[in-house]
Amino acid sequence: MGEFIIKMPDVGEGVAEAELVEWHCKVGDPVREDMILAAVMTDKATVEIPSPVTGTVLWLGAEIGDTVAVKAPLMRIQVAGEGGEVEAVAMAETVTVEFVEPPIAKSESHPPVETKKSIPSTPVAKTPAQPHADKPLASPAVRLRAQDGGIDLRQVSGTGPAGRITHDDLDQFLARGAQPQPASSGLAKKTAVEEIKVTGLRRRISEKMVLATSRIPHITYVEEIDVTDLEDLRATMNATRKPDQTKLTILPFLMRALVKTIDEQPVVNATFDDDAGIISRHAAVHIGIATQTPAGLTVPVVRHAEARGIWDCAAEVVRLAEAARTGSALREELSGSTITITSLGAMGGIATTPIINHPEVAIVGVNKIMTRPVWDGSQFIPRKMMNLSSSFDHRVVDGWDAATFVQRIKALLETPALIFIES
Amino acid sequence: MKEIVCKLLVIGAGPGGYICAIRAGQLGIDTVIVEAVKAGGTCLNIGCIPSKALIHAAEEFEKVSHMAAAKSPLGISVETPKLDLAKTIAWKDGIVGRLNSGVLGLLRKARVKIVHGRAKFRDGKTVEVETETGTQVIRAETIVIATGSEPVELPFLPFGGPVISSTEALSLKTVPQKLVVVGGGYIGLELGTAFAKLGSKVTVVEATSQILPQYDAELVKPVAKRLADLGIRVLTGAKAKGLSGNTLLIETAEGAEEQLAADKILVTVGRKPRTEGWGLDELDLDRAGKFLRIDDRCRTSMRGVHAIGDITGEPMLAHRAMAQGEMVAEIVAGKKRTWDKRCIPAVCFTDPEIVTAGLSPDEARAQGYEIRVGQFPFSANGRAMTMLSEDGFVRIVARADSNLVLGIQAVGSGVSELSSAFALAIEMGARLEDIAATIHAHPTRSEGFQEAALKALGHALHI
Repeated sequence: MGEFIIKMPDVGEGVAEAELVEWHCKVGDPVREDMILAAVMTDKATVEIPSPVTGTVLWLGAEIGDTVAVKAPLMRIQVAGEGGEVEAVAMAETVTVEFVEPPIAKSESHPPVETKKSIPSTPVAKTPAQPHADKPLASPAVRLRAQDGGIDLRQVSGTGPAGRITHDDLDQFLARGAQPQPASSGLAKKTAVEEIKVTGLRRRISEKMVLATSRIPHITYVEEIDVTDLEDLRATMNATRKPDQTKLTILPFLMRALVKTIDEQPVVNATFDDDAGIISRHAAVHIGIATQTPAGLTVPVVRHAEARGIWDCAAEVVRLAEAARTGSALREELSGSTITITSLGAMGGIATTPIINHPEVAIVGVNKIMTRPVWDGSQFIPRKMMNLSSSFDHRVVDGWDAATFVQRIKALLETPALIFIES
Repeated sequence: MKEIVCKLLVIGAGPGGYICAIRAGQLGIDTVIVEAVKAGGTCLNIGCIPSKALIHAAEEFEKVSHMAAAKSPLGISVETPKLDLAKTIAWKDGIVGRLNSGVLGLLRKARVKIVHGRAKFRDGKTVEVETETGTQVIRAETIVIATGSEPVELPFLPFGGPVISSTEALSLKTVPQKLVVVGGGYIGLELGTAFAKLGSKVTVVEATSQILPQYDAELVKPVAKRLADLGIRVLTGAKAKGLSGNTLLIETAEGAEEQLAADKILVTVGRKPRTEGWGLDELDLDRAGKFLRIDDRCRTSMRGVHAIGDITGEPMLAHRAMAQGEMVAEIVAGKKRTWDKRCIPAVCFTDPEIVTAGLSPDEARAQGYEIRVGQFPFSANGRAMTMLSEDGFVRIVARADSNLVLGIQAVGSGVSELSSAFALAIEMGARLEDIAATIHAHPTRSEGFQEAALKALGHALHI
């Protein structure tokens, strides 16, 4: 028998360490070649680690949530024959953003619902079989009905002798819409505390937010924009679009306006390495689009927005959002932005205070479009108004520059033809 | 030969396999069943059914012999009876044959395709069957492994010559004068008792300190008494050592060596899952000890491969396999099913019979239950008296807090037929009051069940 050591693989991009987010095996488990052993996360991408050998797990070198250096031993596997060492091969093709289910600590303060069996004081041999009475008490016919109906009988309270669940109990349970029966007194105190370990994507988000807010002195500037003409144009363009063109939202217009403005105001399209004291102004405009996924916030990146037309921008935003939500976005699609757009538009809200996507220096937040009365000099007229809440790194963007930048965007969006005029 | 492609393939037509196939056929699933020997498996061909036939014949013969010896208090006397074992065996074979063709008929009625031959896995979806006419390849979406079990062989007492397994014991042409049974479990005692009644001089060699080690001493006592009455010599704590000619060498509980002369040596030291010869290695399925590991839907570690019956573990009983087979067929048909049985009753056809369902008092206590136990002896039961068999009792185990019935055991003549009442009570979640308040017909042995419940409640009427 030999021993095989699997080391944390080099997951690329010069990453020196990765966070362990999932174990697919535990000590003592038999593993087969190519079986997925673990998942590690770097830079918002999850990488699965397959087993290079067949054997039995002897030792696991990290717990979920731990950060492991590249080439550090990750696990040991007992194998038949000669042992060895190997750096695990990351499954490069399956770089995914995955929803990492945090392990939920069992709450100890659940109110006791079942009468506890009294345990004799002398130790007794524990048989592997589940105690009979811990299963819901019901006749085979009731159990069959429950199985057919997908009902967990543990949720049904029995009114029969010894708490037996009758057909009537099942009928009543179904009549209530198969919800667990509320406590008999109606309102009840709840004392449960659910502890959720912050791992994976949630931990990344948490770290990034702390970094951004602790290092970057934010200045947030909110301006309202009359988008009535933009909305008219958008409606016309959508009504006459070709079948293969993605329906336009406000976003692609804003992206094109950003590109045009950045041409004149390169200060906002930059990354600031404050340790080195270097601001990098980028010629390329890679626009991050903050996107809500089941696992949390991710920022897929529309690369080279300066080289994309409005329809192209629209299509790319839709594609990336979908990829991020389904977890199929590639690693390079989730990093490398130079400026970010965040939109809570559909949810409403008058203004937001966006947090800059470190190490960028600007973020543009879109608020909801609402029809408001606007004084045109002689009367109130209904206009479609939208607020733009933008934050800037005040170390490198002065308030004057910030205001100029936003006012320029405002001008473009209020007279949208300007967006399309060659400069 | 042309490949067969089907939705469900069942390997082994024992009680688990054929029930699975019939139910699948009823549900409209395109099903194929492969059997290497005969439909019905161990149970029907060389197990439950033929042994019960032999036991019945032996019982009848013993009754008549008893009368011939003018010992019957019933006032019946007869001439000394004679036995033609070959004829008995032929009668037994007739029953087996009828059931064989019955099973095949049922399979055909359910439109199940039957393939005769030995199956071997090629991969998780493909099986090769060695048939009389060549190799038949069968591809299936779902495969059910129901290959059963076989008698355990002792390395120093290999089967052959005078050493026989239960299979040969059920087809002997003459009654052995001296029979040594190695292994005092239920199979050894059932057959040993039968041969003693047919006239053999029987010795039982059991390695543990008690015959029928899976039962508690109270349940075993009436059986041990009857064995003694039949002149069966029971050596507990004794180990078989080896064979020299027709003599079995044993080491007794006291450590002394003894030689037991025997015409036949019946080895019944247990059964093992049949895990060889059908390509298990190709599949690399997870095991639980010697058995295949299954979950509560009888799924193995490989997708699309189920396992049922003796191959999946204890208790190795036909009715467990049948229930598993039925469940798997329904799962394959898309129904939501999980194994939610509360008990698997077990019957030991010794003299008297033992039946158990659910937990024994010891098992219940070991699981942390506070219990009350009610026991009613057949000596206080009118029907038992009229049948000349008052040995034994019914015992009921219930939770002390809710009177929920946890287990029921009985030992006594004919109590196997009470197994349905016992199992039903547990599956229905009966309390002691339910059984006590149910009218049990008089005069029957089943009254003992009601009285045991009353006894546990503290107000038995007939003791």
